[in-house]
Amino acid sequence: MESNQPSLFREAVGRLTSNRLSLFSCIYISIILVVAIITPFIAPYDYAFQDLDLGPAPPSSEHLLGTDTLGRDLLTRMMYGSRISLMVGFLATTVALVIGVMWGTIAGFVGGKTDAIMMRIVDVLYGIPFIILIILLMVIFGRNLILLFMAIGAVEWLTMARIVRSQVMGLSKQEFILAAEAMGVRKINIIFRHLIPNAIGPVIVYATLTVPQIMLLEAFLSFLGLGVQAPLSSWGILIRDGAVSMEEYWWLLVFPSLTFSLTLFSLNFIGDGLRDALDPRSGP
Amino acid sequence: MLELILKRLGTAIPVLLAVITLTFLMVHSAPGGPFDAEKAVTPEVLAKLNAKYNLDAPLWKQYSDYLLGVMQGDFGPSFRYPSRSVTELIMTGLPITFELAVYAILFALMLGVSAGILGALKPNTAYDYLPMTTAMLGICIPSIILGPSLILTFGIWLELLPVGGWGDMPGDKILPTITLGTAYAAYCARLTRGGMLEVLNQDFIRTARAKGLSEFRVVIVHALRGGLTPVIAFLGPAMAGLLAGSFVVETIFGIPGLGRFYVEAAFNRDYTMILGSSIFFSCLIISFNLLSDVIAASINPKLR
Repeated sequence: MESNQPSLFREAVGRLTSNRLSLFSCIYISIILVVAIITPFIAPYDYAFQDLDLGPAPPSSEHLLGTDTLGRDLLTRMMYGSRISLMVGFLATTVALVIGVMWGTIAGFVGGKTDAIMMRIVDVLYGIPFIILIILLMVIFGRNLILLFMAIGAVEWLTMARIVRSQVMGLSKQEFILAAEAMGVRKINIIFRHLIPNAIGPVIVYATLTVPQIMLLEAFLSFLGLGVQAPLSSWGILIRDGAVSMEEYWWLLVFPSLTFSLTLFSLNFIGDGLRDALDPRSGP
Repeated sequence: MLELILKRLGTAIPVLLAVITLTFLMVHSAPGGPFDAEKAVTPEVLAKLNAKYNLDAPLWKQYSDYLLGVMQGDFGPSFRYPSRSVTELIMTGLPITFELAVYAILFALMLGVSAGILGALKPNTAYDYLPMTTAMLGICIPSIILGPSLILTFGIWLELLPVGGWGDMPGDKILPTITLGTAYAAYCARLTRGGMLEVLNQDFIRTARAKGLSEFRVVIVHALRGGLTPVIAFLGPAMAGLLAGSFVVETIFGIPGLGRFYVEAAFNRDYTMILGSSIFFSCLIISFNLLSDVIAASINPKLR
C-alpha cells in the first residue's frame, strides 16, 4: 500500500531512522525476524532433542546459552520459541487489522443508521472482559494455536475499527472523495482505492503497538500453562520453565527474559517512532 | 448524574447477560462429559451425579435455573470439591485478591502520579526523561518476568524478603504488590504527565499564579483536579487488568487468592468453578468500568 504514496513512505522511513532508539529497535526486530524465519535451517539442535545424560548445563561452546533440565539446547528452544511467539503476534494482528479496517471503513463511509448500529455493536463488545473468555476458550477447546490467535485477533479489532472510522469520516468529506463520487466511481472502489490507503497511517501505528500486546497475552497464557504446550516452545513457556528452576540454573530465566523484554521494548519504540514519523501535524 | 448512571447501567446489563449466556454455552458445549475422567461409575451413580448438578434437565431449564441461582449469588456446587459450593470458594479467595489489588493500585497511584507531576512541571529535563524512560521500561517488562526476577534478586540472592506466601511472614506482601503494580505505575505516570501538561497551560492556572497562590496550591489544588481525569478514566480498565494480572502474580508467589483458584479450576476442568468465577470476574470488571466512568464524569463535567 505504501507504493501509492512513495513520498510519505520515504519521508516516514527517513524520520524513523533519524531517531537512534527507533533505529536500534528496527535493527533488533529485523534480526529477530530473520532468525525466526530461517530457524529450521540454522538451529544447532532439534527443539525436542533431549540430552538427559548432560542435564542442565551452563553456557559453553557446545551449547552457547546452556541447556535446560532435560538437556535441551536453550538457544535452539529460544529460536523456535520466538517463531511461535512472533507468529501469534503477527497473525493475530493481521486478523484484527482486516476486521477492524473493513468494519471501520464501512461504518465511517456509509454513515447514518448503519454507522450507529455498527459502532453500537463495538461499544457493547468493548464492555466484555475478553481475557476471561479467551482463558475459557483455551480450557474448553484445548490449547489450539490457531484458535488462540483467531480468538485474540477477533478481540483486538475493536480499537482498530474506531480509529479507522474516525479517519474515514474526516476523509470522506474531502473534495477528492466527492469528486470521485461525482465521476460515478463505484463505492467499493472508492473504499479500496481512495479511503483505505489514505487512512492507513494511524492504522500502521496502532498495528505496530498491537503486536507486542498480543505477544504479551500469548506469553501470559503460556506462562499459566494455558497456551502453547511442550515440547513446542514459546517465550512464555521458556520464562515459566526458567522461573521454576531459577534458583539453581539462572541462565534459563535470564536469556529468554532479556530477549523477550528487548523485543517488546523495540516494538513499542518502533510504534512510538512511527507515530511521530507519520503524524501529519508534525509537518514535513 | 442519575441519568448518566442509568444510561451506563442500560449498557452494562445486556453485556453481563451476554457474558453469562456465552460462558454458559461454552462450558456446556465442552467435548466429553464432566464425569468421563472418573473411574467407571455405575449408571445409578451417574444418574445421581447428573441430578446433583442439574445435568438431567433440558439445556434451557439448566440455563434458566442457573441464571436464577446467579441472581441470588448461588453458583452451584463445585465439580472438583463436591462438598463445597462455588460461591464459598470464591468468597475464600476474594478478600486476598482484593487486598493485593488494592495495594497494587495504591502503589501505582502514589508512584505514578508523583512521577507524572514531576515530569509535567519540568518538561524536557532530566526530571522528565528519567521517570518517563523508567515508565517505558515498566510497561515493557511483563509481570511474568518481573516477578521471578524480583524473587531471584531480593528473595534468593540478597535474602531480604520472603519468596512467597501471603500474610505468613513479615514483608511477604511487598514483592507481589510491586510485581502487580509496576506496569500500572508506569501507565499512571504517563497519563498524569499528559493530563497535567495540558491543564498547566490553561488560563485559569495563569490566573491562579497571578493571584499569588503558592506553587503547591496551584499544582495540587487547581491543576491536579483536571490533570488526573485521564488517570481516573484509566482506573476501571486498570482494575480489570489487575484482576487478570493476579492470575500470574498469585501463581508465582503461591498466594491462595481467587486468581490461583481460577487457574487451578482451569487445570482440573472444574467446570462449575470456571463458569462461576468467569461470571464473577466479569461482573467485577464491568462494575469497575461503570464506577470509573461515573467518577470521571463527576470530576469533568465535559464528559457528561
